[in-house]
Amino acid sequence: MAKLPVDVPELVKQFGPTLNRVPAGGWVGSEEQDRMVKTHCCFCGQQCGIQLRVRNNKVVGWEPWEDFPFNLGKLCPKGVKRYMQDEHPDRLKHPLQRVVGKGFEPITWDAALSRVVSEIQRIQQTYGNDAFALLTGASLTNEKAYLMGKFARVALRTANIDYNGRLCMVSAGAASKKVFGIDRSANPWSDLPKAKVILAAGANIAECAPITTDYLWQARENGGKLIILDPRLTPIARNADLYIPVRSGGDIGIFNGMLHIMIERGWIDRDFIAQHTTGFEQVAEAVKKYTPEYSARIAGVPAEMIVRAAEMWGPAPTSFLLHSRGIEHHSKGVDNCIAAINLVVASGRIGREGCGYAMITGQGNGQGAREQGQKCDQLPGARDIENPEHRKYIAGVWGVPEESIPGKGLSAVPLVEAIHEGKIKGLLSICFNPTVSLPDANYVRAALEKLEFYVNIEFFLSETAQYADIVLAGSLMEEDEGTTTSVEGRVIHHRKVVSPPGEAREDWQIICEIARRLGHGDKFNYSSPHDIFEELRVASKGGVSDYYGITWEAIDKNYGMFWPCPEIGHPGTPRLYEGGKFGHPDGKAHFLPIEWRPSAEMPDEEYPIILTTGRVVSHFLSGTQTRRIGGLMDQYPQPLCEMHPRLAEKVGVKDGDFVKVESRRGSVVVHAQVVKTIRPDTVFIPYHWPLDRSANNMTIRAIDPVSNIPEFKICAVRVSKTEQPTDPIAKLEVQAGGIR
Amino acid sequence: MSERAFYIDYSRCIGCQSCVQACAECDTHRGVSLIHLETIQRRESVQTAPQVCMHCEDPICARVCPADAIKKTPDGVVQSSLKPRCIGCSNCVLACPFGVPRYQVEIDQMMKCDYCYDRTSVDKKPMCATVCPSGALTFATAEEIQRSRRGIAINSWKFGNEVVKTKVFVIVPREVERVNVDLVQISPTPSALSEDPYDVALMLESVE
Repeated sequence: MAKLPVDVPELVKQFGPTLNRVPAGGWVGSEEQDRMVKTHCCFCGQQCGIQLRVRNNKVVGWEPWEDFPFNLGKLCPKGVKRYMQDEHPDRLKHPLQRVVGKGFEPITWDAALSRVVSEIQRIQQTYGNDAFALLTGASLTNEKAYLMGKFARVALRTANIDYNGRLCMVSAGAASKKVFGIDRSANPWSDLPKAKVILAAGANIAECAPITTDYLWQARENGGKLIILDPRLTPIARNADLYIPVRSGGDIGIFNGMLHIMIERGWIDRDFIAQHTTGFEQVAEAVKKYTPEYSARIAGVPAEMIVRAAEMWGPAPTSFLLHSRGIEHHSKGVDNCIAAINLVVASGRIGREGCGYAMITGQGNGQGAREQGQKCDQLPGARDIENPEHRKYIAGVWGVPEESIPGKGLSAVPLVEAIHEGKIKGLLSICFNPTVSLPDANYVRAALEKLEFYVNIEFFLSETAQYADIVLAGSLMEEDEGTTTSVEGRVIHHRKVVSPPGEAREDWQIICEIARRLGHGDKFNYSSPHDIFEELRVASKGGVSDYYGITWEAIDKNYGMFWPCPEIGHPGTPRLYEGGKFGHPDGKAHFLPIEWRPSAEMPDEEYPIILTTGRVVSHFLSGTQTRRIGGLMDQYPQPLCEMHPRLAEKVGVKDGDFVKVESRRGSVVVHAQVVKTIRPDTVFIPYHWPLDRSANNMTIRAIDPVSNIPEFKICAVRVSKTEQPTDPIAKLEVQAGGIR
Repeated sequence: MSERAFYIDYSRCIGCQSCVQACAECDTHRGVSLIHLETIQRRESVQTAPQVCMHCEDPICARVCPADAIKKTPDGVVQSSLKPRCIGCSNCVLACPFGVPRYQVEIDQMMKCDYCYDRTSVDKKPMCATVCPSGALTFATAEEIQRSRRGIAINSWKFGNEVVKTKVFVIVPREVERVNVDLVQISPTPSALSEDPYDVALMLESVE
């Protein structure tokens, strides 16, 4: 049912992506009557403060917000050009219905919502409640994330809701929870410049969290050392004191190897370990065999690099560990993170000034959106959906019988597999573009085609929305109000800057209206996002991520509030684990022994090269927004395949050549970029583009058994020189998936 | 004019182009960026370098301008060309040792960075130095720089035999007193480099 109504070029003609290069009203100077709204960037987890400039209910520009303490006016290019998504020619302004042979046509809200409600009811009555699923996102505000979780459990009573944070933070979160008992960065960023050694693993900070750069450079100005683990020599690695070009999937070799040396040389805090941790003996036993030489074989680097890393990290007076997707996007992502965190706990350097640990959250609300109950296994307050006490509390808040709340559902990848297998027949999605962002994109597209009914809430017609039966015109971040929780665990306030254009509506209004039409209006009787937040506060009370003491007023007064904040007037908790008090019931950190294992698909004779994927600085995630902004597209218009000159020579490729990169699952044709700054056994392609330019055509649908994160960072490919493709997709503009 | 000055620390640059994107947002030349971000040699390294106008004490661009179109303000800011005077001859483009002025064909006029005069003259920071995520571009007091940077700030350059002093500072290692740009350094031949410091393959050569 949900096949494309017309071919892709026709859809692109109707809905873009097209490029916006000029602000609303043209390039005119700022005027006195302009209104300035202090809010935040909609993109990554840094959530930088920015002031948007408004004239006649249109966002026409911005000014730095230099008082906001996290970024002090700093912005990356995405933040600078973000306002160009407003008043965009591609903006969806009314509900659409799919018309075979034509594309999409506007319909009334009443007709669209009637159709949505009748299809939900038909599917659930025919196939059971769980046959209708929800896919949501981590760029949603806390209020919307909370609402989506409640909508699934109360209005739809389906177990199957999951979110695109599954592609982002779940390995880090699971590891943190296992070791520390709390899933949150342990320290505010103000601790970074005070650290004498910083280890950043799998974190392309310059491109994916640019504002963090200055914190690292400040640490170096203060005499701190920087260790970087990455298969690519990134702009941060260029200035590192020690750069370790680890083979993708080999990180455990580095971490266990470092711990092996630290134990051998006495660079561990025995008192701290005795008083504040459990399980160290098993870990010490497990790393015994990880000699520098053994570890080096796993990591694919010289043994002396591991020794040097241990020598820098081991005896340091203060230290900070950072990690992100590079070690998390693996079928052993959780283990990678635990092995890294073991280094922190063994050093005892956590919970005090300049000593700590953080995961660099990727998505705008990567932190908050995973706490409010839109994960398949969670209820609000980061509660466990299988825990009877937790269920009982939330049932009380929602005013529903505990037994009416479904159990644990499917996470994102198995959920799409269930669609492919015909077990899930209906889907509502918001803030998720899986045809670009999930692994094995050809499989994902095939799955979407099997849906009996698909409704998508969007502001632009994303490549995934093209598969919908009904598209509901929703809201951009600046068109609605709410809170997000930043990389630091700082809850901040996104102000409503303008109203949604045309007939487009705030997302929360759309969801509440569907709930009302499904007969659950009494449970979704909110008059504003603030109402939702007030309920969220109560729902989170007593949970791990306790927002009860956080009010919007306190957020505005204090430039954000850090959870846990258990009561009104509480100052919040910028730094966790002070005094060695951890989040587990026993108050201790739990060491876990980690053993390296191979990735799901290792290179072989047929597919001898490692493909790793990631981001570039001018684009965000699946590119739905940034591929529509001229300045950002100019900066990096189409994906390039980075490869080392030695590999390029071996496969007969020169810089700029068209190359075909193929795995067992799919292929792309892109240009080669021949650079010495990457391992010769690895190629890199950024994943922001759709269709025949999608790096996820090749990636593998293998997931971590605990976090269910997909293995985006390693699969096996082969690379060959090819000719310029001339098919209809190749001829599209580059922002739509074409190639030049 | 502010007590703050403009500092460039090339070693901090991450090539993100925030400065380029933000420059194009300026009220006086919206849509056109006047800062240059140079990617040095992408094949060899990820090194990039931002270049604003250095605002020379004795600006060569102004000296060579046959139309006297480039003026320096009393507070030392070398302005972009004056529209009624600029004849588009590009003498300044050729003469500037930092490669800053660019001839804009569409308007038949040279344009260059003017220190965000609309902002700095009212004690705001220049746009690029406000947004720069890495602190490669900073607008700060001398004291703030001394306190927060290991290197020192200098504003003295030597190009061949020509000594140039600039209003904009660069941050360099402590032992450096003046940046001497010799021809051998400008030459891009890899053989001039004593090693290949960013070649990942070389770092891995001892690996089995």
